[in-house]
Amino acid sequence: MILEIAERHASRPGPLLPLLHAIQDEMGFIPSRAVPIVAEVLNLSRAEVHGVISFYHLLRETPPGRQILYLCRAEACQAMGARDLERHAKEKLGVDFHETTSDGRYSLEPIYCLGNCACSPAIMIDDFVYGRVTPKRFDMLVKEI
Amino acid sequence: MNKGGTVKVFVPRDTTSRSLGADDVAKAIEGMAASRGNSITLVRNGSRGLYWLEPLIEVEVDGVRYAYGPIASSDVGGLFDANFLSAGDHPFGLGPTEHIPYLAEQDRLTFSRVGIIDPLSLDDYQAHGGYEGLAKAVELECDQIVEIVTESGLRGRGGAAFPTGIKWSTVLSAEGLQKYVTCNADEGDSGTFADRMIMESDPFVLIEGMTIAGIAVGATEGYVYLRTEYPLAIQIMNDAIGIAESAGLLGENVMDSGKTFHLEVREAAGAYICGEETSMLESLEGKRGVIRYRPPLPAIKGLFGAPTIVNNVITLASVPIILARGAKFYQNYGTGRSRGTLTVQLAGNVKRGGLVEIGFGKTLRELLEDFGGGSATGKPIRAVQAGGPLGAYVHPSQFDTPLDYEAFADVGAMIGHGGLVVFDETVDMGEQARFAMEFCAIESCGKCTPCRIGAVRGVEVIDRILGGVDEPGNLVLLRELCDTMVVGSLCALGGMAPFPVLSVMNHFPEDLRARGS
Ligand SMILES: Cc1cc2nc3c(=O)[nH]c(=O)nc-3n(C[C@H](O)[C@H](O)[C@H](O)COP(=O)(O)O)c2cc1C
Ligand code: SF4
Ligand code: FES
Repeated sequence: MILEIAERHASRPGPLLPLLHAIQDEMGFIPSRAVPIVAEVLNLSRAEVHGVISFYHLLRETPPGRQILYLCRAEACQAMGARDLERHAKEKLGVDFHETTSDGRYSLEPIYCLGNCACSPAIMIDDFVYGRVTPKRFDMLVKEI
Repeated sequence: MNKGGTVKVFVPRDTTSRSLGADDVAKAIEGMAASRGNSITLVRNGSRGLYWLEPLIEVEVDGVRYAYGPIASSDVGGLFDANFLSAGDHPFGLGPTEHIPYLAEQDRLTFSRVGIIDPLSLDDYQAHGGYEGLAKAVELECDQIVEIVTESGLRGRGGAAFPTGIKWSTVLSAEGLQKYVTCNADEGDSGTFADRMIMESDPFVLIEGMTIAGIAVGATEGYVYLRTEYPLAIQIMNDAIGIAESAGLLGENVMDSGKTFHLEVREAAGAYICGEETSMLESLEGKRGVIRYRPPLPAIKGLFGAPTIVNNVITLASVPIILARGAKFYQNYGTGRSRGTLTVQLAGNVKRGGLVEIGFGKTLRELLEDFGGGSATGKPIRAVQAGGPLGAYVHPSQFDTPLDYEAFADVGAMIGHGGLVVFDETVDMGEQARFAMEFCAIESCGKCTPCRIGAVRGVEVIDRILGGVDEPGNLVLLRELCDTMVVGSLCALGGMAPFPVLSVMNHFPEDLRARGS
């Protein structure tokens, strides 16, 4: 499958980033075995491919939990209590950033602005953004989803 | 009731209104209308940007739109009871939308359709003046288009405020068989969402603006570099591009002009530095987003080494109205060398957060008080970070500064992309200074030492100050470190990250002290 995705994107100009996104969309992360395949198809070195994957914060090399919970740490959210929310989320889920809950349910990731800054603090669960997330609302969202 | 007995009801579908429950409201309205036998047409429009009132729903009666908000799905039954389909009175009724002062007092030019139309209806777009700009442009010579943009006084809205017409004329006169138009939609600054609003609420205006840019400089390919953090904007932009292609407004022979312009969305991957234009171009080429040395300018050697326009979303989305209404029309707004309108984004701890498009020249205080209504908590405002994470924290004593690029620079602040992040008196400015350095350390591309190492040292030094270790010595060290970063960094990330820190040292020194002392 990785080979098929790689070949599908190979002929586009500047193919590497769209290709890596396609792998991540399909598999949830970019497994290490993808690196030599992608390198070969695009005629790059493995170091180049790995260098790109590690440069970008939102490309992941490890499998995520069933859902990814992104918590905004940026200033507009800070102004409305994001620091407290961060402490609360870590305690509630029992994980730090870049970790997955023991039941495999959530991976907690920091993010720096979701463009929801007029209704902060904000979190995103997979592709859906939630606004004005108080600790109480956080608990409801985490229970509900 | 309107003609045919069916009433148009509008429920927004942008990220922020959905983040507050607009989808549930839409569902509840459809369900309630069906069960009560009311015939409605539900339109999922974009947001008007009156975010403190979202979800803000509207109903059209005799051609006038009436607003209600903020509405939760549990309010929907009451709205039907109050006959809102005929604009009946309700505690959440706001009257005709266009008369709400927050909206009525704006100069909506670039945002003239935002929140009004269905973002993916080309008919709506064209019924509201869409594609008039391109229709003009295809009748003109390249240099005439560039001349109009130059004359309008439009300056880049991404942060650096460089005159757009001059950039375009450089690309136009540069040698190259292939040229590109790239749109910087990385919108990384906290407190900004104007780009997202355009892409989610009026995507065709960006497509039209980029097409005009392509025709103006002879570029046949365009890319929108769009942040991963905006999944809905990515989806809507892709859908809109498909619709424009099918309608002959993108691709070969645009608008039967014989000109070609192809457009593609490229998803970023969560690196703030990729908003810097040379880093963005590296990223578009599929590389690590490391800053390029300048010269050459991207306008001469940009994407894949070809002459390339790099412009912000708002810059490009302002072009259609400039072409449609003329340079003079646009130029008449504004003050001094800041012409046209600024899309201010009121964010953070503000009572009435949202988007305010207005001619340059109003003071910061007018924005914060007249539009913003003070802080959300009702406590006094202590600081405003203007222009994103690299912008200074502005002290209340500076709130009478007019919104004007030069006036802001004079007080050591910047307008940047127009974001204003409000903090009330509970803010710990020491923590804010620390975050500025922390953010720079996280996002540094690593190419130069003052930024890569300096930011990490900056966090350590601030931690020592806050921890009570040799406060006077470390304050001196912090200032020296800031100076080194400002002078020695290759790009504005390392070169400007010290500005918020220095603003805290200069205006809020009481917070850069040992804790608990
Ligand atoms: C660290 C850094 C981040 C930037 N981020 C953005 C961004 O997210 N969006 C943007 O349009 N410009 C951003 N810029 C400014 C761009 O480098 C560039 O000036 C701009 O895209 C040019 O378009 P304009 O002339 O239309 O403003 C950033 C600059 C720096 C130094
Ligand atoms: S200042 Fe920072 S981000 Fe800019 S080139 Fe240097 S290391 Fe890279
Ligand atoms: S700062 Fe959190 S959404 Fe923008």
